[in-house]
Amino acid sequence: MTTTELPHPSAWRAFRAILWRDLFVTGKEFWVFLVQAALQPIFMLFIFARVLGAGGYVTEEYAHLLLPGIVALTAFLTALQAVAFPLIMEFSFTKEIEDRLLAPLPTVMVAFEKLVLAITRAMVAAVLMFPIGSLVLGSAPWNPSGIWLLVGALFLGTWMSGAIGLTLGTLVPPNRISIMFAVILTPLMFTGAVQYPWMSLESLRWFQVVTAFNPLTYLSEAVRAAVVPEVPHIAPWICLLGLVVGGTIFTIIGVRGFMKRAIS
Amino acid sequence: MKPEVEVRDLVKRYPKRDVNAVDGLSFTVAPGEIFGLLGPNGAGKSTTIGVLTTRVKATSGSARVASIDVAGDPVAARRMLAVVPQGSNLDRSLTPRQNLTFHAAYHGYDPEDRNSRAAKLLEEFGLDSQADVKVDWYSGGMAQRLMIARSMMHSPRVLFLDEPTSGLDPQSRLFMWERVHQLRAEGVTVVLTTHDMDEAAEMSDRVGIVDHGRLLAIDTPTALTSALQGQSVLEVTISRAEADTTDGVIAALVAIAGIERAEAVANDGGSLNGVPPMPPVTDGPGPVTLRLYVEGRAAGLLGAAVSVLTGRGAELSNVHIGEPSLEDVFIDLTGRSLR
Repeated sequence: MTTTELPHPSAWRAFRAILWRDLFVTGKEFWVFLVQAALQPIFMLFIFARVLGAGGYVTEEYAHLLLPGIVALTAFLTALQAVAFPLIMEFSFTKEIEDRLLAPLPTVMVAFEKLVLAITRAMVAAVLMFPIGSLVLGSAPWNPSGIWLLVGALFLGTWMSGAIGLTLGTLVPPNRISIMFAVILTPLMFTGAVQYPWMSLESLRWFQVVTAFNPLTYLSEAVRAAVVPEVPHIAPWICLLGLVVGGTIFTIIGVRGFMKRAIS
Repeated sequence: MKPEVEVRDLVKRYPKRDVNAVDGLSFTVAPGEIFGLLGPNGAGKSTTIGVLTTRVKATSGSARVASIDVAGDPVAARRMLAVVPQGSNLDRSLTPRQNLTFHAAYHGYDPEDRNSRAAKLLEEFGLDSQADVKVDWYSGGMAQRLMIARSMMHSPRVLFLDEPTSGLDPQSRLFMWERVHQLRAEGVTVVLTTHDMDEAAEMSDRVGIVDHGRLLAIDTPTALTSALQGQSVLEVTISRAEADTTDGVIAALVAIAGIERAEAVANDGGSLNGVPPMPPVTDGPGPVTLRLYVEGRAAGLLGAAVSVLTGRGAELSNVHIGEPSLEDVFIDLTGRSLR
């Protein structure tokens, strides 16, 4: 083959190309992405707010504090799944990631690319939850002055969630995927102050302590502080700090796990 | 000339294992050479390829590809090399064509270049009519072809093929061999691993036989096989004269310088390659096959053997020259035990 075409390889170009590959695949299967991201939250909103509300078990006020929690949960799960599941599959069964691991860029950047993808996908999913939520609920809370806190919290939160996904995706052996759901994801979903404000747990002190250890709590509380500031919440700066600390810890563990899988 | 691939005192020990997967391996591959790493399963071939392709970290020793230390500058090394792995690692979320274009994108090619390169390679590999289907629909042979095409997308200087033809049909195997020889003609250095003797002999300029992570022998396939002394065989099928005895014929043949020993075997007497000889059939006047074990090349002694036989009035009906194969070298060096 004649080689008149000269490539311009650089780590940055390779990084953009592998990010483009993941965005391209996301776009190709956008409906799959949408269903994966939105179906569960829609059902939760519908049952916990609309159905229970119709029966008089919960009030409209509850619906409005549930929506931010659901937005946080959507961001959390979308970011985690964007990284964890593909990685488990690509490292063990399909080996698809090998072509990217052999691209001319430092291997650690392939891990960072996964985090950037997770943030991108989860931010899109979280933003989509507001119109979807208002359709399900009939109305949605809106607080323009909290927009920057919302954006900052979602950015840090999706980064942290992607890093948790990186950790799980590289540490969970492929034959343990189902256990990961039961033992890790389900407890995380229900101890993350999604369906209840953290401050309301004063009377259930032990559970309040448990939830404080769940990094999702800080995302839920920050989103709630931004969207429905009138509901008592953990101070935003503590939430953001919690997300930064969680994000840093899981990025370190996740990147280490990734490097171990990528280079034996 | 500087070697294109250089492995020096390479050791790899995986955590929690008590033996070294690669145990002090050294070899070099010249530019444009096809080098075969031959060895049983688990001999350390794939680990060696892994180190050379930046995916396995060496415990000690060094590995260079195109003069680049793969551990010191893996990113630069990856620009120089390409890998075709044992099993498919194609990107199943992409079409075959996109597998090629994205690979080129990772390696920094502009959209126009990557599209034209992909089109050209798809045509060359006979995949252009199936370029925009699902990768999942591809047969093993097509997937293999696509992976080689993909590896060519960034014009590597060194191509690593891990068990390139295992599980391929004869057509794909032939195609593979042709492509590898063509690559060499284009100046690409090829390192391949295999446990298939025919493949190693057919494809490689030089072969390194590896077992337990160590290099046992390294040379051209011809030199390796001819080094097996006394393993060359000449088989003659004769009908002896009425008055003669088989033992008498054997004694006369062994008297020829260069023939170390001879024995009578059944007419369909087993081959040299691992099949034990049949029990001698010495009585009776019918045709009998004699196997002569020869030092060096068997063909050189055919004339002498024939004149002895005709001198004794024996009628020659068949001659077979059994050269030792790479398989005999392999078994000789690595033993027969299963692993």
